[in-house]
Amino acid sequence: MTIGLGHYLALGAVLFSIGLYGVLVKRNAIVILMCIELMFNAVNVTLVAFSRYVTPTLLTGQVFSIFIITVAAAEAAVGLAIIISIYRHRETLDAQQFNLLKW
Amino acid sequence: MSDPIPAVAFYLMAAIAVAPALGLILTRNIIYAAIFLVASFTGVAGVFVLLNADFLAAVQLLVYAGAIAVLIIFAIMMTQDTQTGSRPNQQRWPALIISGAILVVFLVVLFQTAWPVSALAPLETTTEALGRLLLNEYVLPFEVVSVLLVAAMIGAIVISRED
Repeated sequence: MTIGLGHYLALGAVLFSIGLYGVLVKRNAIVILMCIELMFNAVNVTLVAFSRYVTPTLLTGQVFSIFIITVAAAEAAVGLAIIISIYRHRETLDAQQFNLLKW
Repeated sequence: MSDPIPAVAFYLMAAIAVAPALGLILTRNIIYAAIFLVASFTGVAGVFVLLNADFLAAVQLLVYAGAIAVLIIFAIMMTQDTQTGSRPNQQRWPALIISGAILVVFLVVLFQTAWPVSALAPLETTTEALGRLLLNEYVLPFEVVSVLLVAAMIGAIVISRED
């Protein structure tokens, strides 16, 4: 069977739902960030697959993916800085302990 | 369509992308989770190569596997939190149901839709085309992203400073 657009979109969907499960379930803040990066990767795969199969000469999806990678890098840097700063004050990385904003 | 890629190449790269992702959410060791993340990034770079996105595959390896994963490992080393590990919380079953339902909805929708697939051949090398696009049509997001990166650098340094 020739590999078509559906295969790549299914791969993106599977990666996205695996990352979604990890974000909802994990307690360690760094692991939550890792699963968010997994979701970003899934979105990039979907965008590039659409770019390649629907408009192969236009490369719009790849440009968007470059911007997503850039923004994800900036967000990972700031997010990890926040996590390190929280760890200095609270001595824990358990996301369930970060409950100062709960009602 | 241009010459089709062999199915084994796609399934191999997909397995390299998906299997470490499953390992990432199932393991209890954070360091293993970080290594699984690097493996998954490499698999996604392989998928980009199969999609004729050569420049993007190189950027994926450089930025994601090379920089972001190393940054995450540094953060793991700096926060030696041996108590938490990578444990799940109490919401495993609702999360499994929800993410499974979302996956099923995605799969049903994408296999039922008649996507307007084009028969054109993709570009052989994308680097020059991407360079032209980034500096002509997408120059505004390009400049804004530069400012964003500077702001993120300054913010990360300020937030993680010892005071």
